[in-house]
Amino acid sequence: MTVIDADTEVRKGFIDVRSMGVTFGSGDSAVVAVKDVSLNVQPGEFVSLIGPSGCGKSTLLSIVAGFVKPTSGEAVLDGKPITRPGSDRGVVFQQYSLFPWLSVRKNVEFGLKMAGENQNKRNITARSLLDLAGLLSFENHYPDQLSGGMKQRIGIVRALATSPQVLLMDEPFGALDTQTRVVMQEILTNIWQQFRISVLFITHDIEESIFLSDRIYVMTARPGRIKAEIKVPLPRPRKAEMTDSPEFMNLVQELKGLIREESLAAMAPELKDRGLSGFGMKVGPKGVGEIF
Amino acid sequence: MGSMARVNIAAVPIPGVDADAGRVVESMVASAPEPASHETPELTKPATIEPVAPEPEIVPIVSLRDVAQGLLKHITRERMITAVLACVSIGTLFLIWYLGTKYRFEFYIRFKNVPTPAEVFQQAMQVGLSNKFVYNIAMSVRRILTGFAIAIAIGVPLGLMIGRYARVRDLFMPVTEILRPIPAIAWVPMSIMLWPNNEAAIVFITFIGAFFPILLNTIHGVHSLDGVLIRAGRCLGANEPQLFWNVILPGSLPHIFTGLAVGMGVAWVSLIAAEMISGQYGVGYFTWEAYSLVDYPAIMLGMITIGVLGLACSGIIRMVGVLLMPWLAFASGSKR
Ligand SMILES: Nc1ncnc2c1ncn2[C@@H]1O[C@H](COP(=O)(O)OP(=O)(O)OP(=O)(O)O)[C@@H](O)[C@H]1O
Ligand SMILES: [Mg+2]
Repeated sequence: MTVIDADTEVRKGFIDVRSMGVTFGSGDSAVVAVKDVSLNVQPGEFVSLIGPSGCGKSTLLSIVAGFVKPTSGEAVLDGKPITRPGSDRGVVFQQYSLFPWLSVRKNVEFGLKMAGENQNKRNITARSLLDLAGLLSFENHYPDQLSGGMKQRIGIVRALATSPQVLLMDEPFGALDTQTRVVMQEILTNIWQQFRISVLFITHDIEESIFLSDRIYVMTARPGRIKAEIKVPLPRPRKAEMTDSPEFMNLVQELKGLIREESLAAMAPELKDRGLSGFGMKVGPKGVGEIF
Repeated sequence: MGSMARVNIAAVPIPGVDADAGRVVESMVASAPEPASHETPELTKPATIEPVAPEPEIVPIVSLRDVAQGLLKHITRERMITAVLACVSIGTLFLIWYLGTKYRFEFYIRFKNVPTPAEVFQQAMQVGLSNKFVYNIAMSVRRILTGFAIAIAIGVPLGLMIGRYARVRDLFMPVTEILRPIPAIAWVPMSIMLWPNNEAAIVFITFIGAFFPILLNTIHGVHSLDGVLIRAGRCLGANEPQLFWNVILPGSLPHIFTGLAVGMGVAWVSLIAAEMISGQYGVGYFTWEAYSLVDYPAIMLGMITIGVLGLACSGIIRMVGVLLMPWLAFASGSKR
């Protein structure tokens, strides 16, 4: 329906996070999750946030989504401070978050129903979006009948149904296998190209962040701060073959270097206690074992 | 198939589609029919959101029918085995009863006074069709339905509120924890004192029996609801009432129905006890009266009636559950 030309200037969807800090708990048990983070997402820009486990990425996203209030600083969307969740910000979660009691189409219609749209309009929008995700023929299935990749695709178009200005994604492909992940990344760039909305994308996959983003923020180990900001000058539309280009490889190397330091820092205190040394392993809340 | 779909869409005026209609049809033509496997859809689509008319997909009918037939065959065979086993199960019970009464089995358990199936059948033919007996059944059913309906009307909303709001929980849980261990039967004397008439007292006892299982399972349903679904609902723009109605209630529904099934069982137990102690009319009263009149076949008839009524009630609940929650057939961990 709406054909958005890539050259058209997009003005809405400016996320501005200003010197934000988040502390959970108080007293002895206080955990400083995020400390003095400033970042922004320009309208229509695709920005990734990458960092070691437990550095506060999800916390940051929850604040922009409006689930959590910052201890200091603020998050602002198009000049308005964010205080609560709203349909102007679509969120795609790491866990599957489709409503199991609704059919695929009703899931996509959910946001429009909450907004009071009539059945006809909802139906048309949902079917268009499902077609875009390549899942129209599954419209009457229930989420439990679908594969993980399908569920996440529906999660993405469901978040887009209310025409939000920004899309917030917290490791949306984290639970998928590598093959599906690569396909999902292409689908996502494809969808983003059409909607041209601002995206804040969290990942711990370096290749993924480069392939998708215009800009990447690297966070330090907890308490999370911004360690580096890296521009991705690769042309668009991005193609799977680009991942073999020297430009891409260089970016991967650069990011790997930045992140390894932080991963080591993240686990150093815990490993020291046990007389272990790091081999590029990271210690997260889930324990030792994930390798960057 | 593809060409048919195209013709359909071009012919039907699509409401809500703006000036781009021409372009829309073009792009429909350009994009080939849906790929068979949807795991890897077409990646290079034109930069247009294609409007799709709200009409059913054209599906390959032949293969679908084959699949359905195969499935049907499978199910009927499964069902036949199930039915045979059910007959064996119930038949054994009758056989024991028949043999026990025929040979007047007596070793610790005494079948001496137990009526034979034939006697009970005769009794059912005589009494069972009498107005009095039907009236007894009607009374019991009315009491159950009333008590149960009130238990749902109070238990489900209260359970949802307690599950959702810590303050409501803090207010209601202490009193719930105290009252819950008291079995409904223990309420009989109190209930007779409390209520103006017998009828209200019995309904109240039935209500008590059904209420706590429904309440506690509803609370549990809200608590076990995945938090990410509530967050998803909120960031899709749902306000608190909408969240309640569209996320929390359907999300707790499976647990609510567990509560209803358990509650129905307890309600029958409570009802029969109440009718035996304080009742006028009702199946429980009928059974107890038969005992005091030494009418043995009538005792058996009463028992069988209670069993059948209880079965029917839980069957109805299960059926309503299946109708209201079709998605559960596909949920992980469900039998399939
Ligand atoms: N509600 C909470 N209460 C207390 N501490 C919390 C809470 N939420 C998060 N934290 C802590 O804040 C820190 C940051 O958590 P967060 O989930 O944002 O990390 P993350 O970067 O998303 O990690 P991962 O990559 O493993 O998802 C962690 O140390 C975590 O234990
Ligand atoms: Mg996280």
